[in-house]
Amino acid sequence: MLFTIVDAIGCITISICDGLGLFVLFFLRVIKTLFYTRPKLSKWLVQMEHIGVDSLVIVILTGTFTGMVLALQSYIGFKRVGGEQLIGTIVALGMIRELGPVLTGLMVTGRAGSSIAAEIGTMRITEQIDALRTLRLDTFQYLVVPRIIAGIFILPCLALFSMICGIVGGYCICVYVLSLSPEDYVTSIRTYVELSDIRGGLIKSTFFGLILTWVGTYKGFYTSGGARGVGIATTQSVVSSSIMILISNYFLTKLLEQL
Amino acid sequence: MIKLIDLKKKFGDTWVTNGVNLTIPDHQMTVIVGKSGEGKSVLLKQMIGLLEPTEGKVLIDNVDIAQVSEDKLDIYYKQFGYVFQFAALLDSLNVYENIGITLLEAGVPKATVLPIVEEKLKLVNLELDTLYKYPSELSGGMRKRVGLARTLVTNPKIILYDEPTTGLDPITSRVIHELMFDMQRRLNLTSVVVSHDVEIFKYADNVALLHEGIIKFFGDAKTIWESQNPYIYQFIRGLADGPIKTDVAQTQVK
Repeated sequence: MLFTIVDAIGCITISICDGLGLFVLFFLRVIKTLFYTRPKLSKWLVQMEHIGVDSLVIVILTGTFTGMVLALQSYIGFKRVGGEQLIGTIVALGMIRELGPVLTGLMVTGRAGSSIAAEIGTMRITEQIDALRTLRLDTFQYLVVPRIIAGIFILPCLALFSMICGIVGGYCICVYVLSLSPEDYVTSIRTYVELSDIRGGLIKSTFFGLILTWVGTYKGFYTSGGARGVGIATTQSVVSSSIMILISNYFLTKLLEQL
Repeated sequence: MIKLIDLKKKFGDTWVTNGVNLTIPDHQMTVIVGKSGEGKSVLLKQMIGLLEPTEGKVLIDNVDIAQVSEDKLDIYYKQFGYVFQFAALLDSLNVYENIGITLLEAGVPKATVLPIVEEKLKLVNLELDTLYKYPSELSGGMRKRVGLARTLVTNPKIILYDEPTTGLDPITSRVIHELMFDMQRRLNLTSVVVSHDVEIFKYADNVALLHEGIIKFFGDAKTIWESQNPYIYQFIRGLADGPIKTDVAQTQVK
């Protein structure tokens, strides 16, 4: 009995270490490919369109409505202490420092991260990746690097859209629904929001872009087991990326605070 | 010349190939036959480096591939072309992009690539109007020909075919066989074909039978029907009784 438990723990530990090792090695190979092969700018741009432009609508929608809700909720709290003029600061700081980057990361994970895993996973099970290898083409240069580069560059742009839309959404609620002063809203943002807040938000979203494309390409690349395997890889990609984004968000916030 | 020495491959606890010794003669067509699940495709994938052997050696031009450094492997593997069972065309690319992918990725201008692609397309007897079609718009036979054309762009000396006529009707299968034979003669290639289709013996030079992870028979394809080797005798005639045990045979015995 004891032997079985120890054996099971050992197997799970080895399996976790194995997976983590492969995950890190995958990324090291991405870096090697990036520096040792010719960059394919056209492929990077295509992926930026796929990950970025195609996700713009959902990012704008989530950003706007989150800003609106944030304004409403802040109003309820601030009204009790008579600090309604600070709603703009709360909405702007919330959107710029946290909600903009995190929500963008999560939404793009659901839309593009899953699609990356499914696309590459399908290519794996239909031997398209093997075909690339037999043609002596670098599968990392062709499939993985463009997606990761696109994620790193496009996520901050999307997060910026989310931040702006959230702030505008908050403005609309404050001015047109709650009948508060537009000057107060704008002034409070100008007074209390600093450039370092925006910089922090953009740095975070860069990391989230890396995480969701890294996990998506990794899960897709090592897909096995037919159509069911593609489904599993896609689900795992979304779940793992989302968890990694939320956990790394805490550590990044802590780190950026100290800088 | 490709030489397989005591080649073994293990998946989990199962030995798929268990000591294959085989020499593929140059400029000839060698067909590898065997029951489904005997590891024929695995053998082919080990030759081209898609799978690493668990034990044993793959010699290409008398050089052990396992001993060659990664950056020099390309020199050997560039001699190979591989035609996949279901063609494995990139479904996001059209026929022109699929065939010309190696050149396009190497940065060769599109104007230079187009005539090369057209030439290869003609070589596999496909009309030029298929050039901008996507794989989903092609029939099974057309896909396989596009797959062959894609391989020919790299000017290989050795082509490995993984069940090239699976899922095709007898007429299309014959067209594909004749095309393979024609390519082999015209371009002086070495062809290794994994197949279940005994019709291919008409075009082949040698036949190897893989059973229980080892080569049980290797001989001239032209005299294959006269062979008294019990394994090949049973296999090519599709007999239930014989040294090759099948699920069907076992069911009948019961």
